[in-house]
Amino acid sequence: MTEYDEATAAASGPSLDAVLAQAHAPAQLDPNAPPVLTVRDLEMHFPVRSTGVVRRKIGDVKAVDGISFQIPKGGSLGLVGESGCGKSTAGRAITRLYKPTGGSVEFEGRDLAKVSNRGLKPLRREVQMIFQDPYSSLNPRHTVGSIVGAPLRIHNVVPKDQTLKRVQELLEVVGLNPEHYNRYPNEFSGGQRQRIGIARALALQPKVIVADEPVSALDVSIQAQVVNLLQDLQREFDIAFLFIAHDLAVVRHFCPEVAVMYLGKIVEIADRETLYSRPNHPYTQALLSAAPDVKQAAIGGRRERIRLEGDVPSPINPPSGCHFRTRCPLAREICAKVEPPMLQIGPRHKVACHFAGELGQHPADPVTARILGVDNAGNPDPGASPVELDDQPGFSDVWFDLKARTTVKP
Amino acid sequence: MSNPIGLQDGGLADPASTSGASEEPGGPVISKSPTQLAMGRLLKDKLTMISAAFVVFFVLLALTAPLAYHVFGWIDPLKSDQDLLNDFSLPAGKWGGISSDHWLGVEPGAGRDTLARVWYGTTFSLLIALSATIVAMVLGVVLGIVSGAAGGWVDAIIGRIIDLTLAFPQTLMLLALASTGMIMVRNYLHTPAGNVTAAVYVVIVLGAFGWTSIARIVRGQVLSMREFEFVHAAQMMGASKVRIYFREILPNLWAPILVTFTLMMPAFVSAEAALAYLNVGIGAPTPTLGNVLSDSISFADTAPVYFFVPACMIAAIVISFNLLGDGLRDALDPKGNR
Repeated sequence: MTEYDEATAAASGPSLDAVLAQAHAPAQLDPNAPPVLTVRDLEMHFPVRSTGVVRRKIGDVKAVDGISFQIPKGGSLGLVGESGCGKSTAGRAITRLYKPTGGSVEFEGRDLAKVSNRGLKPLRREVQMIFQDPYSSLNPRHTVGSIVGAPLRIHNVVPKDQTLKRVQELLEVVGLNPEHYNRYPNEFSGGQRQRIGIARALALQPKVIVADEPVSALDVSIQAQVVNLLQDLQREFDIAFLFIAHDLAVVRHFCPEVAVMYLGKIVEIADRETLYSRPNHPYTQALLSAAPDVKQAAIGGRRERIRLEGDVPSPINPPSGCHFRTRCPLAREICAKVEPPMLQIGPRHKVACHFAGELGQHPADPVTARILGVDNAGNPDPGASPVELDDQPGFSDVWFDLKARTTVKP
Repeated sequence: MSNPIGLQDGGLADPASTSGASEEPGGPVISKSPTQLAMGRLLKDKLTMISAAFVVFFVLLALTAPLAYHVFGWIDPLKSDQDLLNDFSLPAGKWGGISSDHWLGVEPGAGRDTLARVWYGTTFSLLIALSATIVAMVLGVVLGIVSGAAGGWVDAIIGRIIDLTLAFPQTLMLLALASTGMIMVRNYLHTPAGNVTAAVYVVIVLGAFGWTSIARIVRGQVLSMREFEFVHAAQMMGASKVRIYFREILPNLWAPILVTFTLMMPAFVSAEAALAYLNVGIGAPTPTLGNVLSDSISFADTAPVYFFVPACMIAAIVISFNLLGDGLRDALDPKGNR
């Protein structure tokens, strides 16, 4: 049981312990679930223009620079990374608040990235979003009933005279008093406002919800309630989540699968247990070592902190080769020359690093050199035979074993 | 999906999550919109309430003048009575001819009742100011929203038009173009010649030069507000652009619009007076505060009462509208400092 369950249980009295432990079970990973959303090489570049009258394009902010992943039906994928790594932009590109500049977002056989604005409207019913800031995501001039009812009216989901009834049902589902439909957002607390935002997202009965840091603006005790609510809703209505957050503990609690982003790229993606216990990318390792661990504090053990030097480079001009190399303790010549490919190294584990390995067991020579057909310094090796990589957004049944350095089939 | 969200009853009975919705102890809670909260603050502000009372008084004056003239016959702004004047055509008697029949004295020269002139003049002045304000507001709000919403070259063009309008030597052009302008108004809008055409011309000119301030305010607000998450949320629902700008953003602009409105009214009342002094706009015998005042200036030393009455009237209207506007701004935006 995580600290979140404990906090909720403590808040609501011991008699409810058992009930709650059952009620808020985190989603389990179903490896055979079909993907509901497939993101392939998604790119979101924002043009940088010069000042002056003729505003020439002088570059691009590569906020999202080719990311691929799949979200299984009813599952949830966590997207973590530090501020400015492009995780929110990725969420907004997937939900088409921004039009992606490259790649595809497949949903039920259609490419969300390329649908016209007109064709997008029916798809809006299927893909919804929960916003980060409950204070700016609700229009202060509209009542709760009008906010939650707006999607119903726009899409003509229910007849006009039943909108109110439906709004009240939705408010009840998210744990608010249905009689409060007549109130204004300023009369609610942060947690309640976030519930209103969730009710609005649920109104269209979406299949996918992109939750953009849904709890990071809330108090810790309220975070637990909202995360539990999301879990209940996910199980009840079989919604797939893309859960964007920077709080590793919340993601660990909510998501059976987690992707780590750095400077517009996914560096590692794996199921929860693998990622948190056996991370293979030096950035993931550094990120995890920076998160406080209650269990270790309790037994007095101290984990070695990995300190990263320097700042995140500018996404306008990211480093050559591997984006992380300027801060990476393992960086060598090859990292500047060749971009590390996304390599599947376990049943549900992919990593993009030339020196992928568990903490303290990173190999001395790049594991990717032979696959890419280069020598250990990253220069083209005429004698090598590059392997055609199966660069699919999902996981395949075949993977590359790091220790044996061969492709294995279970 | 097997069952639509929320259509089953008690699907998620969850004591922990319902505790998030605080139950208020006893008694119905009265919901207050942001507007109602602002009204509460406004009612506590004495100076603003006094100026609001004056504004109401002036508006009532303006509304009742036609009744008092045409229906009840209390006043007659056009009736000339030479018996009230002395040999120099100045009001007979002390204090500019103030008497029980003529509470505010008599007009020198024509011998008309000053109260009637000023009362009826208030109607025309406020009517012109109100029409000009509405023209400026509609122009400014629409162009401001379009400018902020569209961005890019549309925004740039509207921005340049605003700069051009502000840099335009409007008083000079107004005078130079007065006769041509009025002919154009008469030809294109088919207004009857004379005062109606003059009034329409003044309204068009004031409106055409007055919209820039509100357009800039609205544009700025739209620019900051379209990055708010509730706008993204509306996009997320598939709301049309028109819905986003007029249902989501515009309701949040009422505060600056209302404040600008109350500040623009007095500016146009005095602008009308200034134009009347330059002989543009409604002319005598039809009274406006502007033309009564401009007529009275030549009598400032010989018949000071006749001069002071319209001057004080204009000053009182301008001050009370301005104070009301300031108070509204404070009430609607309590965090902003003056």
